[in-house]
Amino acid sequence: MNASSIDRITSDAGEVDAVTLKITERTKKIATDGTPVDELVVNVGPSHPSTHGVCRVITHVDGEIVTKAEPVIGYLHRGVEKIAENRTYLQVVPLTDRLDYVGSMYTNWAYSRSVERLAGIRVPERAEYLRVITCEMQRMASHMMSLGSTSGDSGATTAFIYSFDIRERVIEFFEDLCGSRLTYNYVRPGGVSMEVPDGWFDDILAWLPIARQSLSELDRLFFGNHIARGRLKGIGVLSAEDAVSWGASGPVARGSGVNWDLRKHDTYSVYPRFDFDVPIGSNGDAYDRARCRLFEVYESMRIIEQAIEQIEPGPIKADGIPRLIAPRPGDAYDHIESARGSLGVYLVSDGSPRPYRMKVRSPAFCNLALLPMLAEGHTLSDLVIVLGSLDPVFGEVDR
Amino acid sequence: MALVDKLGAALDSSGGGIILTTVDSLADWARGKSLWSMPMGTACCAMELIAGSFSKFDFDRHGTFPRPDPRHVDVMIVAGTITRKMAPAVKRIYEQMAEPKWVIAMGNCAVSGGIFYYDSYSVIRGVDEILPVDVYIAGCPPRPESMQDAVFQLREKIATESIAPGKKREVEFSLPMPGAGVRGGDAE
Repeated sequence: MNASSIDRITSDAGEVDAVTLKITERTKKIATDGTPVDELVVNVGPSHPSTHGVCRVITHVDGEIVTKAEPVIGYLHRGVEKIAENRTYLQVVPLTDRLDYVGSMYTNWAYSRSVERLAGIRVPERAEYLRVITCEMQRMASHMMSLGSTSGDSGATTAFIYSFDIRERVIEFFEDLCGSRLTYNYVRPGGVSMEVPDGWFDDILAWLPIARQSLSELDRLFFGNHIARGRLKGIGVLSAEDAVSWGASGPVARGSGVNWDLRKHDTYSVYPRFDFDVPIGSNGDAYDRARCRLFEVYESMRIIEQAIEQIEPGPIKADGIPRLIAPRPGDAYDHIESARGSLGVYLVSDGSPRPYRMKVRSPAFCNLALLPMLAEGHTLSDLVIVLGSLDPVFGEVDR
Repeated sequence: MALVDKLGAALDSSGGGIILTTVDSLADWARGKSLWSMPMGTACCAMELIAGSFSKFDFDRHGTFPRPDPRHVDVMIVAGTITRKMAPAVKRIYEQMAEPKWVIAMGNCAVSGGIFYYDSYSVIRGVDEILPVDVYIAGCPPRPESMQDAVFQLREKIATESIAPGKKREVEFSLPMPGAGVRGGDAE
C-alpha cells in the first residue's frame, strides 16, 4: 500500500485493541479507493540502539510503510545554556565538551572563537594550527562513528568494528595530547591548553598512510557490498532546495549537492592556507551522505599533513588573558564547520565575567528536523537508516 | 577439562559444607560469569561503552555482552546523564528486566549528576534516585577499562548472594564494599 494513497484519518476513538493497548494505538484510515486501512502508531525510543542516543520517534505506519515520523527531543536536555550563565567564560569550556560528545573539539573551538571575538583576543598562529590539526582529527573520529553506526544500522556490524579501529587510534592521539579520551577541554579562549608531546606529529604522520589504507579497506568492505548499497541508495532523498530552505548543513547538505562548507566559503582560522576539496554528492540520499563523510576523512588527512608541514614553533596561548575574562557589553556570534555542519555559538555580554546569554546553533538539531520529511514513504527499517544518515548527537540537539 | 576444574573449584570454595552453600556458589559462579548488559547509554559515556565492547577492549572475553533488550539481560549499565524526562523510561526498562538484576552507574552523571550537579534544572542527581545501584564508576567519562573493572567488582558482589532470601555468603573483597557482604576488604 502506497503511503500517498491514504488521504485522511477518520477517527481514532473506540478502535483500541486491548492486547496492544500499552505499546500501540490503532487509528482507522480510509484509502482513496474507499477501503479501510489500519494505521499503527509505533513508538521508537527513547532508548533504542538505533536511535543514536535518546531520540524518541513516534512513527505512524501503514503496514510497514512509514506515513508519519515525529521526533520527540529533550531527553538529554541538561540546560547547558542556562548553566553557562552561572559560570565564568573559562568555566563554560568543559560544558561545551559535553554538547557534541562525539566531536568535543568543535564545540570547544566554536565557543572559544565566539569568546575571542567578543573580548577581542588574538590567537597565536601555532595555536590556530594546533586547533586545525586536532579538529580535523576529530572530524575523522566523528565521521568514523557516523559511518560505523550507518553500517551497524544496515546490518554490517563488521564494518562498525573496522571504523572504530580508526577512531580508537585518533582517540589515543588525543589521550597523548591532553590526557582525556573523550572530553578534552583542549581548545580554550586565547589558544590551546597545552603543548604537544614529543614526537606526536611524527606519530601522526607515520599513522596517516596506515589510516588511508584501512579507510580504503572499509570503503571496499562496506560500500563495495551490494547489500549496503541496496540499503542506502535512494533512501531519504533530500533535494538541494529543501536542504537550503530547512537550514541543513554539513554532509547532509553536501550530500544533496549544496556546495557549502564554512572552511571554504566563510573561511576562518588558517584554512585558506591549505589545499583541500569539498566532497559533494548528487542524489541526496543516505548513500551520498555517507560517501561525503568518507571522502571528507580523506580530505581531513590532507589538511593534517599540510598543517603539520607548515606549523612553526611559537606560543600556544595569547598573552595577558586574565582568569576572569570580562568583555565589554555586546554580543558576538561565530561559527565553524563541525562534523555535522555549521556549529555556531552566540554570546551576549553585559560586562560581567559571566556570559549574560549563550546560545548554541546546533547543526544536528537543524538536520534532525528533516527526519519527518525524509522518512515518509520508507519502511520502518529504513527509518533508522535515515536517522543514522542525518548523524544527530543528542547532547547537541537537546543541549 | 578446564570447565570441570572450575566447577570443582567453585563447588569446593565455600565453607559450611551444607547443600545450600554449594548450590549458592554454583549459582553465583554461573551468574557472575555471563553478565549480559543492557547498554542504557544516554550521553557521552555511551561512546566509551561502545568502545569497550569493540576490538580494542573487547568486553566479550569477560562474558559481558551488550544486548539492548531488557528481557535478555542481567545488568543495566546506566551510562550518561539522566534527565527528568528520561527517568521514567529508564525506570520502566529496569522494571522489564528479569530477576536477578543489577545496576552499574557509569560516569559522574549517573553517580551524582556530575558536572551538571549545580545549577541544572533538568538533571537527576544520580541514577540511584530512581534505581538501586550496585557498582558506581567515577569518571567523566570513565575509561573502558574501569567499565570492565566494574564488572569484576559486580562479580565479587554477586558471589555474596544466596538463593535463600535474606542470607549472605562470606566473601573476601579486593576492595572495600560497604553493605554488600559480611566481610569487606578492610576487615582484619
